[in-house]
Amino acid sequence: MRKMLLAALSRVLQGPAAAARPVSRVVVASRNYADFASEATFDIKKCDLHRLEEGPPVTAVLTREEGLHYYKTMQTIRRMELKSDQLYKQKIIRGFCHLYDGQEACCVGLEAAIKPTDHLITAYRAHGYAYTRGTPVREILAELTGRKGGCAKGKGGSMHMYAQNFYGGNGIVGAQVPLGAGIALACKYFGKDEICLTLYGDGAANQGQIFETYNMAALWKLPCIFICENNRYGMGTSVERAAASTDYYKRGDYIPGIRVDGMDILCVREATKFAAEHCRSGKGPILMELQTYRYHGHSMSDPGISYRTREEIQEVRSKSDPITLLKDRMLNNSLSSVEELKEIDVEVRKEIEEAAQFATTDPEPPLEELCYHIYKNEPPFEVRGPSQWIKYKSVG
Amino acid sequence: MAAAAGALRRLVRCGPQQGLGRLRQLRSGIHGSAPAAVQVTVRDALNQALDEELERDERVFLLGEEVAQYDGAYKISRGLWKKYGDKRIIDTPISEMGFTGIAVGAAMAGLRPICEFMTFNFSMQAIDQVINSASKTLYMSAGMVPVPVVFRGPNGASAGVGAQHSQCFAAWYGHCPGLKVVSPWSSEDAKGLLKASVRDDNPVVMLENELMYGVPFEMSEEAQSKDFLVPIGKAKIERQGTHVTLVSHSRSVGHCLEAAAVLVKEGVECEVINLRTIRPMDVESIEASVVKTNHLITVEGGWPQFGVGAEICARIMEGPAFNYLDAPAVRLTGADVPMPYAKILEENCLPQVKDIIFAVKKILNI
Repeated sequence: MRKMLLAALSRVLQGPAAAARPVSRVVVASRNYADFASEATFDIKKCDLHRLEEGPPVTAVLTREEGLHYYKTMQTIRRMELKSDQLYKQKIIRGFCHLYDGQEACCVGLEAAIKPTDHLITAYRAHGYAYTRGTPVREILAELTGRKGGCAKGKGGSMHMYAQNFYGGNGIVGAQVPLGAGIALACKYFGKDEICLTLYGDGAANQGQIFETYNMAALWKLPCIFICENNRYGMGTSVERAAASTDYYKRGDYIPGIRVDGMDILCVREATKFAAEHCRSGKGPILMELQTYRYHGHSMSDPGISYRTREEIQEVRSKSDPITLLKDRMLNNSLSSVEELKEIDVEVRKEIEEAAQFATTDPEPPLEELCYHIYKNEPPFEVRGPSQWIKYKSVG
Repeated sequence: MAAAAGALRRLVRCGPQQGLGRLRQLRSGIHGSAPAAVQVTVRDALNQALDEELERDERVFLLGEEVAQYDGAYKISRGLWKKYGDKRIIDTPISEMGFTGIAVGAAMAGLRPICEFMTFNFSMQAIDQVINSASKTLYMSAGMVPVPVVFRGPNGASAGVGAQHSQCFAAWYGHCPGLKVVSPWSSEDAKGLLKASVRDDNPVVMLENELMYGVPFEMSEEAQSKDFLVPIGKAKIERQGTHVTLVSHSRSVGHCLEAAAVLVKEGVECEVINLRTIRPMDVESIEASVVKTNHLITVEGGWPQFGVGAEICARIMEGPAFNYLDAPAVRLTGADVPMPYAKILEENCLPQVKDIIFAVKKILNI
């Protein structure tokens, strides 16, 4: 706007000769790619290491395309989660709803370092992963609102979303960890150079089955990256009150570990690349602790301020927000402009609105399909409803 | 010539224990008598099934405690590790929850694991993985994620192993939609059901019985074939009868047949049904039998409350067979107590042949 006024003013001041000036001088929003750098190098925080001589690099190169892609993806997840918050308060989403806002750098950073043919499994704070693993926003929101257009046709809900090479979405704390090692076993068995990222939280880190899994993964050298998303609270219990050792990256004992700044997407990406290389080279499992933070409470029924202060939340928002960190880096290094990023924000808002519109207008799943998908590859059979006179057909 | 070749093939395929018996068979074959059924223990039948399915499909593998180098705690997997190696036969540490989850995850990612529980008592440590991870996932994912895993091992009472090692889990697993639950009695059941379970794309719980492992059964030539399957969800009439229907599964089937052999001398013809599958249960076969005999007795080793027999009685009440009952249905079950150790106590905690005979006479008023 200012540019336009200045240009107009300068023309007026310069008189008729100004009319001969080239048209580009009065263009408002500059989308001239020559104005931007194609990439920039950033210093990233050194990771704490456990049983490793060397760790991930302390610098990272970010290209303009990558930056724009990461920004858009994180912003999409942020707005999707905030929209879910809104829909939940309107009682259009029911049951459990565990939101991921604040942790976006983790899922986007992980995905940036692996291939679509790699595998990933996580717990119930999974909407971000459902998105990065390929589920469209409208299908995620429609699953939350329990409609037939949901990614699990309304059968799963918030905690049970699946995609190609994404195994959910698991409701039982810690149970996904042995599952992830099993997927890694399949990767090794098939010999296709694929790995499995197995995520769990700081609360789940105290589950016994995780230690059983560490043991077997190490014994059998499974290509599994164990990833602890430490957001400092397991529901309402802070890490200090839950764990005798809060060095989650060391809890794998004989398994090498890295502690990563989970609010910095480049840190997450570089650490994951390092960990993926470790697994693919046949060295066995490795553990990553991502230090991150969730803005919302544990779930929508938790205001999230009885066990932590508003000041703490505010401090993280102002000093460590993952989207702001990326934005500042890009702007300060000419990888993008305020206007360009604003345009992306507008696009994202539009996409989320459309998705929410779909999610609130799509019909609920048909009652006839209540008992579908009990068995796979089975001829259709009858399933009992609430009484002996109510029967449903089941198709696999 | 073909008969002799067939006999020779069977000789080659059998384990060392069977060798002598099979040799006798072969000699008789060469001398001209028709190829007969052979005597095969439940253990050997399971071993054959495992071997055949491992050979047939590269994605099948076995994991569990002592399954590889120890040849199996009950020798069910004897010889398999030598033949297939570390990749296909995996010894696990004592970590039921962990290795069961690993088996389920491997199934989700495209393999076809057979997860052995040394006994089903230990499956309680891992029951979350069996129910929440395995049986519900296909449904929760609206068909996107199948879980083709088999959980197998000995179930129920053994001999003098005490309360913590004697529980029957048929009712617990039979309760859950998404699972299939099978319970073999004979060698034919064991082999056919294990093969069918491995080839099924759904999670299957196979409840074997330790006391049955060493029992030999006649296996027909058809049952000895590599493609012999026993369909899951179909009961078998082991003995035709007209006066009373005895429905049972696993070891109790044998007791029912023994009771029937005694009762026949008094003119009572028992129809003995071997359920073979707990879930999905073949209620139609039971109904058809009750329509014929008008009397029903269920026999099982598990505890009475909320058990297999309780379910059968409820289903009969709801269906067409109810009107054909001349007396209320009767359940014979394990005694409602944790299993004691002393022999006399343990014996009286399970339905014996005399209990079945008593119940039949009571229900028939004789």
